[in-house]
Amino acid sequence: MKHILIIGATSAIVHATAIRFAETGAQLYLVARNEAKLRANADDLRVRGASRVEVDRLDVNELAAHGPLLERAWAALGEVDVVLVGHGTLPDQPRSEQDIDYALAEFQTNATSTIALLARLANRLEAQQFGTLAVISSVAGDRGRKSNYLYGAAKSAVTTYLAGLRGRLHRAGVRVITIKPGLVDSPMTAHLDKGPLFSSADKAGALCYDAILKGKETVYVPSYWRLIMTLIKLMPETIFKRLNLSA
Amino acid sequence: MSDYRSWGHFPDAPHRHVEPLTWRNAIPDLRQLPGPVLPFGLGRSYGDSCLNEDGTLLDVTGLDRFIALDEARRLLRCEAGVTLEQVLALIVPRGYFLPVTPGTKYVTVGGAIANDVHGKNHHVAGTFGCHVTQFELLRSDGERLRCSPVENNDLFRATIGGLGLTGLITWAEFSLIPIRNAMIEMERIRFDNLDEFFELSARSNDSWDYSVAWLDMQIGGKQLGRGVFMRGNHAKGDLGLEPSGDPFLSVPVNLPELLLNPLTMRLFNTGYYYAQLRRRVQKVVHYEPFFYPLDAIGDWNRAYGKAGFLQYQFVLPRSDDHRVIRQLIERIVESHHGFINVFKEFGDIPSPGMLSFPRPGVTLALDFPNRGRKTLALLDELDAQVRGAGGVIYPAKDARMSAADFQRGYPQWREFSRYVDPHFSSSFWRRVTPPGQRSSVQAFERSSAQA
Ligand SMILES: Cc1cc2nc3c(=O)[nH]c(=O)nc-3n(C[C@H](O)[C@H](O)[C@H](O)COP(=O)(O)OP(=O)(O)OC[C@H]3O[C@@H](n4cnc5c(N)ncnc54)[C@H](O)[C@@H]3O)c2cc1C
Ligand SMILES: NC(=O)c1ccc[n+]([C@@H]2O[C@H](COP(=O)([O-])OP(=O)(O)OC[C@H]3O[C@@H](n4cnc5c(N)ncnc54)[C@H](OP(=O)(O)O)[C@@H]3O)[C@@H](O)[C@H]2O)c1
Repeated sequence: MKHILIIGATSAIVHATAIRFAETGAQLYLVARNEAKLRANADDLRVRGASRVEVDRLDVNELAAHGPLLERAWAALGEVDVVLVGHGTLPDQPRSEQDIDYALAEFQTNATSTIALLARLANRLEAQQFGTLAVISSVAGDRGRKSNYLYGAAKSAVTTYLAGLRGRLHRAGVRVITIKPGLVDSPMTAHLDKGPLFSSADKAGALCYDAILKGKETVYVPSYWRLIMTLIKLMPETIFKRLNLSA
Repeated sequence: MSDYRSWGHFPDAPHRHVEPLTWRNAIPDLRQLPGPVLPFGLGRSYGDSCLNEDGTLLDVTGLDRFIALDEARRLLRCEAGVTLEQVLALIVPRGYFLPVTPGTKYVTVGGAIANDVHGKNHHVAGTFGCHVTQFELLRSDGERLRCSPVENNDLFRATIGGLGLTGLITWAEFSLIPIRNAMIEMERIRFDNLDEFFELSARSNDSWDYSVAWLDMQIGGKQLGRGVFMRGNHAKGDLGLEPSGDPFLSVPVNLPELLLNPLTMRLFNTGYYYAQLRRRVQKVVHYEPFFYPLDAIGDWNRAYGKAGFLQYQFVLPRSDDHRVIRQLIERIVESHHGFINVFKEFGDIPSPGMLSFPRPGVTLALDFPNRGRKTLALLDELDAQVRGAGGVIYPAKDARMSAADFQRGYPQWREFSRYVDPHFSSSFWRRVTPPGQRSSVQAFERSSAQA
């Protein structure tokens, strides 16, 4: 896995994953919306061993920019072994209940923009006939909870979309990996109190890298979230609706 | 997830707010944060120099990116929250090592600069600050200053050993040394008294890059100051460049104080001394156990239980008769208090740091389990002797020295305080520079009164 395209490259989890690729001497094409942050991460990955790092600016909500961006990425890398998509935001749930424009904008960042990217990526990877498409969704997509169901709904859309895409790309020899982190200590969760269920972004990154190397289909990060989410999904709705599960 | 206490778990100095920093070019306005601010690395300082009661701690560990590795000039540039562990993981496989390392790799580059840390090679390499070529300092007014021996040299000197008070180091550049492999050729030599230590130390200075000793703190009289001397050099030949991993053992909860009672301590001391049957043992070992024996035990500080412990480290100027160091050791032996300790002669290489601790002479660092008043009284007694001999105490390890002792030991503090950022302060700084003497806090109080 030598040619890696990364969307959301300034995310803490994604960068921790990119470090593992850099250490193997891979070539990386980093995409995010903030130029200064991109450059800081690119320098880090070069020092750690990446044989080449290019950066490109994209606000994922500028849907019309997706096509040209992927064109540039493919031109730079020649072929793409791995695409990792990991941008996202954690919407303010109470605000999203009052401010519908805000809610839809957040939904776009976390779901629509991702689906738009995945559609284009799928066509390119299908044509290429190889590669891995790894996308960071979330355990929050496994069941809607009153504390963050806008975010959960967006991640659930991504997860469902990926499941279908996996079936389609399977025949082209392209792997689709759904990554579902639990609670990760990153800038996205900086405002939350950190309990024992939190993992470091570094650990999450190591596990994402592992999942990509092994070509797993759906991976919980860390794996104990599979058990937690199984239990949560088993709970009867009559009880679940009364629960106050934070985060 | 982090725990913002100091390594000795003493004193308790609760801060009001923690501000995690993630991007060196997007640091929030420090003047808008509650109270004065203080950078916090990995909290490996023992006392209150990394604490800021009622103020804000800037968690620097999110500034953890490398910036450039210039192999031709052997220079590494990285953000200030990068840890020495991360640096080693990067550089050892490429055939480089740290120019100076403290006894733990779990410190940040910013913390290593702010305390101008020293290592087992002080006699040939000086302090960490001697190897810093430049850094960027962010002041609370938003100004970013590049500091080096040729640019903003006054702030460069004030910030090295500057206890985090002169501003936030966002990134730093320092030099590396070449190694052939990850191994250390070492010798361990038992010595029977203090004179033998000084002889060994003098004989080792020229041919050994690293040296340090451990003293048996349970025995006085003719055997006073007996112990084990360790010296080492980076090994030659192709023995591999593997850095090694995480601690394999960790102390999960505070062990009962029982484990550190006088009897278990005596057993430990005598045991360690005799563990070595032959007078001299030669070995080739990985650098991990040589430099970082305690890192293998994870949160070993918890072994001291809830009351925590105090570290005490001083340096005494050279003297021909070693009278005062002998008296100090005698007093500690009498107290049945000493456990882990480190003993070393510092060399003459001066540091650029204004407030740096190391200076020519002999240094002793000890852990004292916190037994309340008894412990503090003993340390006061030791202070008096250190003071009498013209010695000084290490702020990075201190939780209780008097303002008078600090000011006497570091007379440069007045010049230094001119460079203290008006919005930066620490519990330590407020303790050793009482109000009225402290221009920075006054300025801070003035400016917040205006706000
Ligand atoms: C087991 C052990 C062994 C040790 N051995 C040695 C030794 O051999 N020699 C030695 O000298 N010390 C030794 N120490 C002490 C340790 O090296 C120092 O206390 C070191 O400074 C801790 O670094 P830190 O990153 O944990 O910083 P902290 O303890 O969190 O902070 C230390 C100081 O650095 C400042 N600071 C941190 N980051 C920045 C920044 N980015 N910009 C400006 N200021 C900053 C803080 O404000 C504070 O004043 C040892 C400590 C332990 C626990
Ligand atoms: N942290 C958790 O607990 C957790 C749990 C489950 C899943 N996840 C998922 O993990 C992924 C990574 O998150 P993280 O925890 O690493 O948080 P993070 O560090 O905050 O990363 C989120 C990234 O998304 C980028 N982004 C947001 N909006 C964007 C836009 N419109 N265009 C381009 N980039 C945009 C951000 O860029 P800027 O830096 O420019 O803002 C940021 O780099 C996300 O998909 C998140 O939903 C996280």
